[in-house]
Amino acid sequence: MVRIGVDVGGTNTDAVVMKGRDILAAVKVPTSADVTSGLMQALVEVQVQAAIAASEVALIVIGTTHFTNAVIERKHLAPTAVVRLCLPAAQCLVPMVDWPDDLRRAIGDHVFLASGGVEFDGTPIAPFDPEEIRRIGAEIRKRGLTAIAVAGVFAPVNDRFEREAAALLAAECPGSRITLSSAIGQIGLLERESATILNSALLDLAHRTVASLRAGVAQCGIRCPVFLSQNDGTLMDTQQAERFPVLTFASGPTNSMRGAAFLTGRYEAIVIDIGGTTCDVGLLHKGFPRQAAATVDVGGVRTNFRMPDVFSIGLGGGSIVTESAGTPAIGPESVGFELTRRARVFGGDVLTATDIAVAAGRADIGDAALVRGLDPGFVARCEALIAKRLAAAADRSRISPEPIPVVAVGGGSILMPERLGELEVIRPGHYAVANAIGAAIAQTSGEVDRIYSLETSSRETALAEAEREARSKAIAAGALAGTLMVTEREDVPLAYLKGNATRVRVKVIGDTGF
Amino acid sequence: MRYLTETDIEALAIGAAILGTGGGGNPYIGKLRCLQELRRGNPVGLLALDELADDAFVMPIGGIGAPIVGIEKLEEGDEGLRALRALEAYCGRKIDALISAEIGGGNALEPIITAAAAGIPVVDGDGMGRAFPEMQMTTFSIYGHRSTPAALADERGNVVLFQHAVSEGWFERLARSAVVTMGGTAIGAEAPMAGSYVKRAAVPNTVTQAIRLGEVVLRANATHTDPIPLICAAEQGVHLMDAKIVELKRHLQGGFAVGEIALEGIDGHAGGRALVQFQNEFLTFERDGRVEVSVPDLIVILDVDSGRAITTEVLRYGQRVAVLALPCHPLLRTAEALAVVGPQAFGLDGVTFRPLARRQA
Repeated sequence: MVRIGVDVGGTNTDAVVMKGRDILAAVKVPTSADVTSGLMQALVEVQVQAAIAASEVALIVIGTTHFTNAVIERKHLAPTAVVRLCLPAAQCLVPMVDWPDDLRRAIGDHVFLASGGVEFDGTPIAPFDPEEIRRIGAEIRKRGLTAIAVAGVFAPVNDRFEREAAALLAAECPGSRITLSSAIGQIGLLERESATILNSALLDLAHRTVASLRAGVAQCGIRCPVFLSQNDGTLMDTQQAERFPVLTFASGPTNSMRGAAFLTGRYEAIVIDIGGTTCDVGLLHKGFPRQAAATVDVGGVRTNFRMPDVFSIGLGGGSIVTESAGTPAIGPESVGFELTRRARVFGGDVLTATDIAVAAGRADIGDAALVRGLDPGFVARCEALIAKRLAAAADRSRISPEPIPVVAVGGGSILMPERLGELEVIRPGHYAVANAIGAAIAQTSGEVDRIYSLETSSRETALAEAEREARSKAIAAGALAGTLMVTEREDVPLAYLKGNATRVRVKVIGDTGF
Repeated sequence: MRYLTETDIEALAIGAAILGTGGGGNPYIGKLRCLQELRRGNPVGLLALDELADDAFVMPIGGIGAPIVGIEKLEEGDEGLRALRALEAYCGRKIDALISAEIGGGNALEPIITAAAAGIPVVDGDGMGRAFPEMQMTTFSIYGHRSTPAALADERGNVVLFQHAVSEGWFERLARSAVVTMGGTAIGAEAPMAGSYVKRAAVPNTVTQAIRLGEVVLRANATHTDPIPLICAAEQGVHLMDAKIVELKRHLQGGFAVGEIALEGIDGHAGGRALVQFQNEFLTFERDGRVEVSVPDLIVILDVDSGRAITTEVLRYGQRVAVLALPCHPLLRTAEALAVVGPQAFGLDGVTFRPLARRQA
């Protein structure tokens, strides 16, 4: 049996067929406007190249930037009712207060505050009032809204009232789709609530998109389970993806980093994914991307769910090279997807970073004769500049003085020199489809992030309880119990809080049981 | 008296984070609330010290508690106003103006929120000129003012009045336990001071200073120029070095984030090495075995490109930073002040405070 990994990017749809650790086939086709026909073309081509039958496919994992793009472009977003469970606290700033106006308009101004928040130790701030929620539900139904976001103060500590409110709202608003903040993110009300609202606003699109991806797979005659890859490099089934589209927001960079780890066998490394216009730079720890510490901006909205700590620099294969008195400048302007038309080696008239790589004998793309006339001294200065910028980017993502390898993936990897200063550089085979490989190898996880009071139990008991819960979450999501490993375990005593409050975060990851 | 604008608030949040010298809490929520008040048409006047009447009644106000609770259980909104009204009722006199106890970090903005609601001005000054980890480390306390009577208010409407504490340390302990019972955060208002005392004991013009700092950074960001020399010029600061963090040790000790940062010079400072110690805030800057700067002077660590403050919780290996020293106000350099906020108050026994400006002169 084989697995297929697919990366539906803005420009290309990549697909790979993997059997165990072997890559049987890899293809790249243009992404179609409807997503599905490009997906089908990639699935058909990759099966032909691998010489496999549809019945041999055990699992398909799809990585997509479709939902991120919907937020960035403010398209396909449903008007959403926001119910914040907080009273009497948290009235000072209303939901979406820090959003860009155009995005807030797309969601509508349907905000309701009710009781039902809890303290850091889980006790109610004020009594929960079911009647209050029913009244809000009736108003939501009257306004004709079907997308609802529910965010309770300290719901990550105790989600009881979020769940009770959701049940009441569902009864009042038949056919509605509800997202609970406790299922989305961590401590930090505004950021978690914003992510919850975006999720609710994307639910209609998620249902349509998931249905069409499944239909595309089915039309190719493939009958296996279909999964989507999520921000943390693990997968979720399509029912989960229909409910939590925001969890795919950062799957692109995550998949390329996971693919890089797989292709090289290096689990502690800096990964530089070099595309046509930019490089994405991030750090692998235990084979997974290091997560961002603070808030992450999505389409102008601060959110706090776990995203890879990846930054971009304006350097890629299509970056335009200019010269001023012999001194080169490279990027951030790029010819982008027009590389094969406008770059010198393809007969165009724009000097690009790719032309430099070809002139330096680093790559064999297009017609090398077309760049033979370049001054070798200038080419060498360009090479030095590219190496300097890549070295600075690698250096910025290091978190310790230990030497660490740099893995180059992505179509623009030809720009990468043999070494970056003291750092070893690895450019694995199949570097151009690292994304799709990362999707194919996605694992399954479970996570707990909660504040415990250590007055009644010990730190060890709290950690053990959190780990038990994370494990059962992972198993419920499809992980094989015997393969589960704790990848993150931290407890942070909370400054200025008596009662020995401590924040515990545990995450376990295991192989997917297919 | 001039009125604060939205641009002032944006700049103040940036400048307050810089004056936080690594601590002080994030001003983000406070900034959003101030902007909201101004947009609702509740203007806030900024009163210079020399505009303050000698018999004016000036009250320090700010948030107390765990910053992590503050970002989750946001305030109801009128906590500050309730604390203010409680002290007015107890003292039998209207409060004329509010003042921040700590300009560094989130508490630079709290008085503005309550001032907007009460329709009174804020004073252009504060009790630290920076951030410090404990409530009694203010110039108000150092020069003899007692924080009680004080009031604490929570989001439910509870107001606790502390009629009298036998020392500033006792007030801190009593207030902390009330805050925990209230759910981890509260707004605290401390005993009002006479205008004449504020003129003598407050670190002057620090709201303006923070706004100016923020403006310098915003302008540099907008024009893609290097903010660091502009900040130094605006604050008579010293650009100690541009550096990369090559080692970071951090642990919690008695509720404080304590640690040490090793720095290696970059660009024009290549080859240099230095150490910075911190306890919530940065305490010392040491180069070639010699402490060049120490508390209460301000050690400021900024992102080398953007000029934005980097707080101790988000420090990490490999960050490229600019390290600056800004001279603290003379009110923090007297013998009485150094006993409370000098190196020895932080357990740095071998360190002698050598004032920055004097050495640079």
